[in-house]
Amino acid sequence: MKRTLTLAFLALLLSLPLWMSSLYVLHILIMTGIFIIAAMSLNLLLGYTGQLSLGHVAFFGIGAYTSSLVSLGFDVHLLPDWRVALAPKPVWLGMLLGVLLAAGCGWVIGRIAFKVRGAYFVIVSVSFAEVVRLIALNWLELTQGPMALNNIPVLRLGIPDWFEFAFLRKPANYYLVLTVAILAYLLIQRLVHSRAGRAMVALRENEALAASVGIDVTRYLVLATFVSAGIAGAAGALYAHYVRIVDPEVFSFIYTVTMVIMVVTGGKGTLLGPIVGGLLFGLLPEILRAFGIPPEIQWVSYGVLMILVVSFLPAGIVPALAGWWQQRGDAAAQPAVAASSRPPQP
Amino acid sequence: MSQPSAIELSLDRLTIRFGGLTAVDGLSFQVRQGEIASLIGPNGAGKTSAFNAITGYIAPAAGSVSWRGKRLDGLKPHQIAELGVVRTFQKTSVFAGLSVLDNVLIGLHLRSKQQPLAALLGRVAAEEAALATEAHGILQFIGLAARLGQLASSLPYGELRLLEVAIALAAKPKLLLLDEPVCGLNPAETASFMQLIDRIRALGMTILLVEHDMKMVMGVSDRIVCLNEGRVIAEGAPADIQKHPEVVRAYLGRPRT
Repeated sequence: MKRTLTLAFLALLLSLPLWMSSLYVLHILIMTGIFIIAAMSLNLLLGYTGQLSLGHVAFFGIGAYTSSLVSLGFDVHLLPDWRVALAPKPVWLGMLLGVLLAAGCGWVIGRIAFKVRGAYFVIVSVSFAEVVRLIALNWLELTQGPMALNNIPVLRLGIPDWFEFAFLRKPANYYLVLTVAILAYLLIQRLVHSRAGRAMVALRENEALAASVGIDVTRYLVLATFVSAGIAGAAGALYAHYVRIVDPEVFSFIYTVTMVIMVVTGGKGTLLGPIVGGLLFGLLPEILRAFGIPPEIQWVSYGVLMILVVSFLPAGIVPALAGWWQQRGDAAAQPAVAASSRPPQP
Repeated sequence: MSQPSAIELSLDRLTIRFGGLTAVDGLSFQVRQGEIASLIGPNGAGKTSAFNAITGYIAPAAGSVSWRGKRLDGLKPHQIAELGVVRTFQKTSVFAGLSVLDNVLIGLHLRSKQQPLAALLGRVAAEEAALATEAHGILQFIGLAARLGQLASSLPYGELRLLEVAIALAAKPKLLLLDEPVCGLNPAETASFMQLIDRIRALGMTILLVEHDMKMVMGVSDRIVCLNEGRVIAEGAPADIQKHPEVVRAYLGRPRT
């Protein structure tokens, strides 16, 4: 049953550009997909290690700026007579460096925050995001500040001068985002279902007990921030080369809030949570618009829905649905469950 | 104990201070291999503080803790667990939001050597299966096998206390420190817990116990160390401790003369 649903959902996603001719809808789906990737990365930290990275957009922005700057090239003075210049490089290299630099920053944040948890982790992450935003805003020579980085090239894959595919049109970008989203999902799935994932959950549930059975809690928190920041950086890089303009606004706090809303309403600590929450809150305003509902009402209903989900399904939509599904299954198959709960003979 | 065996854990003039309060004051005692030693004493005598210092949760102000010749003071809790010194907590402490099986799987952390990269490449299925089998075995040993799919938070209190021990056993301790494991259990549960302690000892573990239930302490201990106000006031076999005048005084007060 679960398998059938998964395959049906994948088939829907894969076939969508074939029958969906509206470029506007594709654009919305691409942007939503990019945010879902970022939300999945936030979920690894918030849902599994239990640490709220309220500056998560910093990693997104670092991915976007790094990838843009590497593909555009830059020429800056670090000291009055010391210039650092970089000629434009292929976009794929920029994206890769964007992911690596974001992950590296995540590693540093994880190390700095090694003793701080809860509220203090929030403060460290928010401060980091603000510092990065101020750099993007004020280092005009590198980032153009509020004038933004323009004409960012699109991703091209293949061998130059022989065969190259440019991710210029919307269907191509849709498949690119979908591929990265699936890869990120599989990466997180494998991580959380391994020893490392159990260690992260142990940190969330009971840190003192986790340490008492030999879990080096800091090590796994750093691993989680590293992977999470890298995936957020990938989302940022996808954003930069799709929208093709990056300004300091990408570091806005509202983007972090959007990711947190997606994760919390969908169900933090579940693999599907950020996807469900992301689709709901990414597409809802557009669906309402399609019905001719004025923008004011769109935003009000967005807020009302959020409050309803948080008050009535505090664990999120996915855990609530899973619980309902399990109860239904238990009622239908009582003897089978009793038999399967018996331990296998070693 | 019929013959004295090697000293494994040794506390030497251990002192713990919280601000101006000296909780443990020059505490020295030893635990020998394979024995069940108990720390007793009135509330506030410094038993749990001593436990916390042995397992790295608080740093002693002075003195040292050594385990098989290695200094434990200065190490972090997870490093001490890696050496084989594993504790339980006075306040019931499990991973409440997870299933009983997952609780034990987390306890098996040290038994598994898989690296995050191997997990990302999907090369851990065999080891995961082995870990699950091992977790089943531990739950069977402890008597919680029927509960493995349940959320830990849904267990009754008596079984939660067993689950704590299961998590600690999963870390394969050489020295197991139990902090008031039968506190709050009824007499029948306490009696079966005493049998469990005997079975754990039969696995070759050394046990250091903090407990208020005197029936249990007298029943299972080879040796008892009695603390009062952060100092050892008596040390010896259960029968001697019961009659020791200092112990009687610490618990009951000074007889009127």
